[in-house]
Amino acid sequence: MTTTLIETHNVSKSFGALRAASDINFRIESGARRALIGPNGAGKTTFINLLTGVFAPTAGRVLYKGRDITDLPQAARVKLGIARTFQINRLFRGLSVLENVYIAIAERLGAAPAMLHPAGRRRDVIEESMHLLEQLKLADDAHHSISELPYGRQRLVELAIALGLKPEVLLLDEPAAGVPSAESHIILDAIDALPAHIGVLIIDHDMDLVFRFARHITVLVRGAIFAEGTPKEIGANPDVRAVYLGQASHG
Amino acid sequence: MIFGIDVASMLLGGLAAGMVLFIVSVGLSVTMGLMGFVNLAHGAFAMLGGYIIVLVMRNWNFDFVSALATGFILTAAISVIFERLLYARLYRAPELDQVLFTIGLVFIFIASVTLLVGPENQPVPIPAALQGQLDLGFLQYRTYSIFLILIGIVIVIGLWLGFERTRYGAQIRAAVDNRRMAESLGINIDRLFTVTFAFGSGMAALGGGLGAEFLGLDPQYPLKYLVFFLIVVAVGGPGRIFGAFYAAAIIGVLDFALKLYIPKGGTLFIYALTILLLLWRPQGLFGRTA
Amino acid sequence: MSAPGYVLDHPAARALAERHRVRAWEALPWLLAIAFYFAFPRHLGFGTELLVAILFAISLDLALGYAGIITLGHAAFFGAGAYTVGMLAFHGVWKEPISGLLLGGAVAALIGLASGLVLLRTAGLTLLMLTLCTMALLEETANFAHAYTGSFDGLPGITFKPVLGLFEFNPLIPRTQYVYALVVLFIGFVFVRTLIYSPFGQSLTGIRENTLRMHAVGAPVRVRLVICYTISAAIAGVAGGLWAQTNLYVNLSTLSLDRAATVLIILVLGGYGRLYGSFIGAVAYMVLAHFLSQIYPTAWQLGLGLLLVLIALFARNGILGLFDTLRRHFRAKRAPS
Repeated sequence: MTTTLIETHNVSKSFGALRAASDINFRIESGARRALIGPNGAGKTTFINLLTGVFAPTAGRVLYKGRDITDLPQAARVKLGIARTFQINRLFRGLSVLENVYIAIAERLGAAPAMLHPAGRRRDVIEESMHLLEQLKLADDAHHSISELPYGRQRLVELAIALGLKPEVLLLDEPAAGVPSAESHIILDAIDALPAHIGVLIIDHDMDLVFRFARHITVLVRGAIFAEGTPKEIGANPDVRAVYLGQASHG
Repeated sequence: MIFGIDVASMLLGGLAAGMVLFIVSVGLSVTMGLMGFVNLAHGAFAMLGGYIIVLVMRNWNFDFVSALATGFILTAAISVIFERLLYARLYRAPELDQVLFTIGLVFIFIASVTLLVGPENQPVPIPAALQGQLDLGFLQYRTYSIFLILIGIVIVIGLWLGFERTRYGAQIRAAVDNRRMAESLGINIDRLFTVTFAFGSGMAALGGGLGAEFLGLDPQYPLKYLVFFLIVVAVGGPGRIFGAFYAAAIIGVLDFALKLYIPKGGTLFIYALTILLLLWRPQGLFGRTA
Repeated sequence: MSAPGYVLDHPAARALAERHRVRAWEALPWLLAIAFYFAFPRHLGFGTELLVAILFAISLDLALGYAGIITLGHAAFFGAGAYTVGMLAFHGVWKEPISGLLLGGAVAALIGLASGLVLLRTAGLTLLMLTLCTMALLEETANFAHAYTGSFDGLPGITFKPVLGLFEFNPLIPRTQYVYALVVLFIGFVFVRTLIYSPFGQSLTGIRENTLRMHAVGAPVRVRLVICYTISAAIAGVAGGLWAQTNLYVNLSTLSLDRAATVLIILVLGGYGRLYGSFIGAVAYMVLAHFLSQIYPTAWQLGLGLLLVLIALFARNGILGLFDTLRRHFRAKRAPS
């Protein structure tokens, strides 16, 4: 029985004269494996920002499990169960991999506000962090600081932080972006291994990744939904190909 | 009747002081809007310019206009050297580094001026044509203050035209609005910034010289008025020329008004009002929301 | 499943779990401070100033080094504490030192809370300006209320009740002042150290390193920043109160841009975001200032300016940062790959 987790009703976003999102109706249900594709500048990251509450829509509503969350700020949405990764890593660069994940899990468990006992005293947080790192095969790097890691493994830490929040909805913004092809399999394997009940939305340009992973694809062009369907339908859709080919010829 | 004259003379004096603040601060506002660089040493360039103007008038008998031009050009040139050699290395640096660097520059400027010229206040000799009083009909008022108001208006209109009508102006506006997009359009941001920095420092120099009547000219200048320059930029909104103009005018008038009615505690209210204003509108009166 | 404690076999986990343990060398600064008391009985006045400066720098480190709040107005809280303690004692309202210190800290904390709620909605230049504004506001207020504050001349010749009823503050022989300041510094330091190593402290570091990420992990960023700022203000207020008590005097210099800039320089010189940076920076700065600034004040300012420019360009992590770089350099040399 799948529940609708996050949905948008006629969501639009304008930045001055620029219309970054137009009338988008979208839903992510539990267990979803969805992808959002489209040419550059189509508004994909803007849409994720609208889902996560980085900014509010100019029009329309965002709902989570039927509850209106349009006015809810980012941090509150995370508490509800919406997590994301960023297109460019947003990690705590001076800290170790373990500390990066610790921070996320400490927030989720409510351990973070404690002032009078040491962070090391919360063995439960440390244990859960190490467990997560082991699942993602990052345990050997746990004590390394982020800046010492190759980019591919940094991207994996970005994913680890999101997973540490035990989300019900996971939004991945170009998870393999910038990862050298020799390392990209670690990201792909991790995505394959994501818990089945999480509703996952991936934005990416890599069609192999998209077609391998997604059961449902939405094509976004100039801020509006251009086409939707299964990978087979989208792959066979001549208009979609034209949009991408048109993009390619403008180079 | 007398009440009316008091108010009028307070308004005129306040506007004149505001114009000085504007002329000094506008460069800081634009460079802040353009590069996001926290330049706490901006007042030091104003001071530098002021001293150049005073010294060429006193020691080499430059006339007022030539002295102002010399101050503008020399300060702009010197600022370019600092910008290319030092500032440019910190554009991508964290804010703290920019703060430390510019405070260090301020100390260097203050100490250098004290060592080379001395710690006393340097009055700027006003040309005879601008001394005395002007008959405005309903009121007689200091010619120099009227002159300042007119200069300020001319400058803001000139700057506005420059921003709206020239290619450089368009580039600056684009870069202030969205730097990454401007870069992808092929605008050379670094060169733009050098030119803007030079122009802004030159303007500051003018303000330093013209405004010596109101703000004085002594080695402590950059630190004494730092808060005010920053207030003008923050209240006016970084990168907004008319914002800086109105903010400076309001502060000038408020300062004069408060001096009239609350002789000792005037500036206090300006600080309090600034805090309250930014509580209500963190982007300033004319700035844009994030 | 896993046996409890197994995870601590991993070096990273163990490091995190034991990060807060007190190391042997951490006793060093305190031993040195105690040795100073016996070795330099005629310089205890200077020593006391040094201890107060360290406490003030530690308070700034909490806000700036750990939470990343760039402020040039921290003297607002120092002065608030100093004037609270000074005025209460001068006008005969409250002369007990220890509780006076707590009162000073409380007043400073209140101002920190109020200003933090306003200021921390902004960032960058606007935030910096507002910190300057708040400090200037307090300075003008103190100047204005000259009947209470003595304005420019300050309040000289303040007297306090003896500490714990036993130890008098003797202006000519500052032994009580020194020991008193040392104890207060120790307590303040232990508190800040605990805070830094707590999960709260960890989240502050997260906010400093990547604020956007902290929002995206559900952290209430502004609440944390305001709390941090308030605590930092409280400690700065205690430092200010300590200054008033050990100098038996308070004046507008406690609220000045000069004092705020000096504490920033001290912190950066030693190394911010490192517990002991304040100690090293204060010692380095004040020893140099003690010898140079009186004799050649203008040259001192010039040198200070050059130092700041050099730090900003080449040594942003201060003396401790330089030590780190040297240590890494030698470690790399000793272990060729």
